[in-house]
Amino acid sequence: MPTISVDKAALFKELGREYTTQEFDELCFEFGIELDEDTTDTDRPIVDGVQEPPQLKIEIPANRYDMLCFEGIQLMLNIFLGRKPIPNYRLVEPSSGQLEKIVVKEDTTKVRPYVSGAILRNVKFDQARYESFIALQDKLHQNLARQRTLVAIGTHDLDTIQGPFTYNALSPKNFSFVPLNQTKELNGEELMAFYEKDKNLGKYLHIVRDSPVYPVIHDSNNTICSLPPIINGNHSKISVNTTNVFIEMTGLDKTKLEIVNRVMVTMFSQYTAEPFTIEPIQIVSEHNGETRVVPDISPRTTQAEISFINQCCGLNLSATEISDLLKKMSYDARPSANNPDLVDVDIPPTRADVLHQADIMEDVAIAYGFNKLPRSFPNISGTIGQPLPINKLSDIVRTEAAMAGWSEALPLILCSHDENFAWLNRKDDGNTAVKLANPKTLEFQVVRTSLLPGLLKTIRENKHHTVPMKIFEVSDVAFKDLELERKSRNERHFAAAWYGRTSGFEVVHGLLDRMMAMLKSAFITAEEGLESTAANDSQYWIEELDDPTYFPGHAASIHLRIGGKEHNIGTFGILHPTVLEKYELKYPVSTLELNIETFL
Amino acid sequence: MADLTSPILDALSSTDAPILSSDAFPSTPSLSVKSALDRLASRQMVEYDTIEREVVGLTGEGEQIVAGGSHEAKVFEAVAAAMDGLKITELPGIVGKDNAKVGQGNAFKRGWIKKDQDRLRTNTESIVDETRELLLTVQKTQALDNQKTLAELKKRKLVALQKVINFKISKGPKYAREFVKEETDLTSEMLVNGSWKTASFKPYNFKAKGAPTPSGAFHPLNKVRQEFRSIFFEMGFEEMPTNRYVETGFWNFDALFVPQQHPARDLQDTFYISDPVQADPPREDPLNDPHRPKSAQPVSRAYKENEKPLDFKAYWDNVREVHQNGKYGSVGYRYPWNADESLRLVLRTHTTSISTYVLHKLAANPRPARFFSIDRVFRNEAVDATHLAEFHQIEGVIADFDLTLGGLIGFMEVFFAKMGIHQLRFKPAYNPYTEPSMEIFGYHEGLGKWVEIGNSGMFRPEMLEPMGLPKDMRVYGWGLSLERPTMIKYGVSNIRELLGHKVDLGFIESNPAVRLEKD
Repeated sequence: MPTISVDKAALFKELGREYTTQEFDELCFEFGIELDEDTTDTDRPIVDGVQEPPQLKIEIPANRYDMLCFEGIQLMLNIFLGRKPIPNYRLVEPSSGQLEKIVVKEDTTKVRPYVSGAILRNVKFDQARYESFIALQDKLHQNLARQRTLVAIGTHDLDTIQGPFTYNALSPKNFSFVPLNQTKELNGEELMAFYEKDKNLGKYLHIVRDSPVYPVIHDSNNTICSLPPIINGNHSKISVNTTNVFIEMTGLDKTKLEIVNRVMVTMFSQYTAEPFTIEPIQIVSEHNGETRVVPDISPRTTQAEISFINQCCGLNLSATEISDLLKKMSYDARPSANNPDLVDVDIPPTRADVLHQADIMEDVAIAYGFNKLPRSFPNISGTIGQPLPINKLSDIVRTEAAMAGWSEALPLILCSHDENFAWLNRKDDGNTAVKLANPKTLEFQVVRTSLLPGLLKTIRENKHHTVPMKIFEVSDVAFKDLELERKSRNERHFAAAWYGRTSGFEVVHGLLDRMMAMLKSAFITAEEGLESTAANDSQYWIEELDDPTYFPGHAASIHLRIGGKEHNIGTFGILHPTVLEKYELKYPVSTLELNIETFL
Repeated sequence: MADLTSPILDALSSTDAPILSSDAFPSTPSLSVKSALDRLASRQMVEYDTIEREVVGLTGEGEQIVAGGSHEAKVFEAVAAAMDGLKITELPGIVGKDNAKVGQGNAFKRGWIKKDQDRLRTNTESIVDETRELLLTVQKTQALDNQKTLAELKKRKLVALQKVINFKISKGPKYAREFVKEETDLTSEMLVNGSWKTASFKPYNFKAKGAPTPSGAFHPLNKVRQEFRSIFFEMGFEEMPTNRYVETGFWNFDALFVPQQHPARDLQDTFYISDPVQADPPREDPLNDPHRPKSAQPVSRAYKENEKPLDFKAYWDNVREVHQNGKYGSVGYRYPWNADESLRLVLRTHTTSISTYVLHKLAANPRPARFFSIDRVFRNEAVDATHLAEFHQIEGVIADFDLTLGGLIGFMEVFFAKMGIHQLRFKPAYNPYTEPSMEIFGYHEGLGKWVEIGNSGMFRPEMLEPMGLPKDMRVYGWGLSLERPTMIKYGVSNIRELLGHKVDLGFIESNPAVRLEKD
């Protein structure tokens, strides 16, 4: 969630009263934003000899783009508190009657196809408003615009440039300009090199760098306004004294482009000479049929079902009551003239988050107060509680292992490729393990195919513990399985490890016998087998195993005959000393690992 | 080792004054004396004080000098015994190599011998072996007053300081001449021979702990997990088949109405799979797939008979449509939806992917249902004290017709009361797949403040209706991590002390039983 810092005194002035930290926290809580910090009693930074005034740091839900600035927070809270009416945003054409234009060239489709924009006439900035204007662009770039990939905003002093404007895509060598706050003119290539190491801008270069053409907006005198999404030109730079602001935005996502436009103009049209007026511009984009007048700030008109709202909230509100509650959330709503079960709702241009009547229903509930809703207990609809069968089986195995004196470990499921293969003297045949594409560390390269790495690491980290150590785990490993939709499957394993001065081979073998007995499986030896075949439907035996994970002559495979079918369900043995060396273990270790799904 | 208890009692019999162990048992090691004294003292037959002092004792070399003279004296004697002086090269053969080296030097220093070309000759008629005299005194008195000499002898490693423990012993309140052997335990032998009737039993030490009992243990986190599972079972919930770590973009995100540009889908947050490469579009699981959930096979036969087959192609198309163009009364996100993005394989970032899978199965026969799961999820996060790349998610789902928000709040009150949290409040929040979304805060008595304990909400129509669930079916979903409440309850500050291979086995073995409603 984005966090916005606002000046405490200024906000409370706008809200018409002082709040204690706790009171303001309550207000935020009810509305659904979160007061993260009140810096009043902290060591606030001193800039140019003046200590920063107390700030409120407020966390904003990720879909409330309109509240990513002081203007939005104060406006929405004031409307919520009933202190301000819902703004009536209006488009006002220039007195000339001629709309400003951006003409889009077809080459832009190769790099960044969409452009939009607007003009704020007669804006009155002051230092705080100006900083907020800059900060909102930054917040939108970070969040909705996904680090400027989807949308990038440029703002300009309209009085320094001359429309109509052109949005073009040019070869990096074929244009040059002085970037914002620089003095030297650079072409596209030089500019990439110049900002390569820049802490703020360096991370955006990749968006266009490798494209044969770079997007450029220039005016009718060929003055370059911006190279989106990297940087504006110094020529049209805005300042606190700018009164006519040309806002342009370019991007890959049409919907988000217009959301960004609406947020920018609705928030800062508060400061135009006649508040909430915006001058539209024309986008001329014949090649892709995107010619239009922007921004569209008309409310989205929809309807919401009163029965749906009341049913979900557990309330019995009238259409009028619902309309009144919605007004607190900045909607213009009224009972529908022709259907008693509907309210007509105008969704303001600020509320890009409203997609469905469920969103409107939620806002009714928020305006009513979540914590005031009548509480009930949902019907007991005759559902039946039951465990997942594999988990129930796991619990049996876990319980038996613990009762036999073994302690349960809970290591991680991800591990390094070496831990899963080379360190166990196992080879990766390429068809076994699920591999991760983007781990941050070597610790997380594959999903384990064996429980052994986790158990051995647990022992390694617990060498201070008395010996013998006896630990176990019952959990899932995963394998590639190209037959399945997800190309992989989990498998539930039981594994145990002994660490002591002696090998513990027989102890681990004994644990296997105990577990098999508890799972009603009889041990078949040459003699016993003859006796038990008829008596049980499940039998097991072990065979000497040649496996490089284990010490030669001290390993066995475990075989199960169940329901007439034979399965090789696992192995046990003394670990090979080279395995111990890799895992930095000083004493002998015997392990047991088997697939328990056969017992389901 | 001889039992000293009787000699001690004997030694005390003739006097009421304390005796010293160094007088009474000069040659017995102090450890033996102490063990006998402890036995007697435990029955209050004697009382004793321990007196520690330092004495000067001879080293092995010092003992040799007392017995045979100092090295220099030996050298002098050897030279004196020779008829016509002694060839220097012959000296080691007579007095030994070590004696020759040290002794020759000391004898020169004292002026006892002189050198005459390659021979040694005596320089005096007779000598006094002071070193030996000194050591003799030390042996007798176990002390040496002259600190300078003492330091010199210590340096020559002829004497050393030793600690001597002495006991001052006196009669205790229960002193008796006879030490009656006390039995420590009732044995089968005593039952057979009847000696238990006359035997005297040593008092049991009620202040000490009993013998440690060898024991296995469950992992603390799994104990908390079991408590939560019990709560779910008590409330009629069926466990979901979460044994599926690898998911597709479709099930983990798209089906939950998480847009394809959502930050949660960044490489920074989600583990993507490089091998295997790409998933198939959603389809029915093979009939013999052991992971087919029970919910696909309802307990009640009546439900089974009403089942209609699921149309996976329609589901896929509906999901695309609701994202791209909007559907079911939603305007959608209005962006070009990419099928390949949906077929990317990921490690599930939440178990809600499984809830989605189960709810889709429920659409075959929509009916009231309650599901839960507690299992591992994966996030590509930087590891620190409160974040691991893996943790457990607890998730509950209730599907029913005409559920209300107040019902969700009411349910949460009962659910959390079962784990001892009695004061809840709810904050509006945002989550792409629930609307309304409520963060649950519980009042923590110990911390004296409200803490966030979970997230909840009603799943969005954009998530449910593409599955084919009816419009009036509402579904609650809520979730919390297993680690966070465990850390708060048990004051664990670092998640790595709770999950993973760095967890202390001692902690696992000694962690008490978990009783959420009481702890």
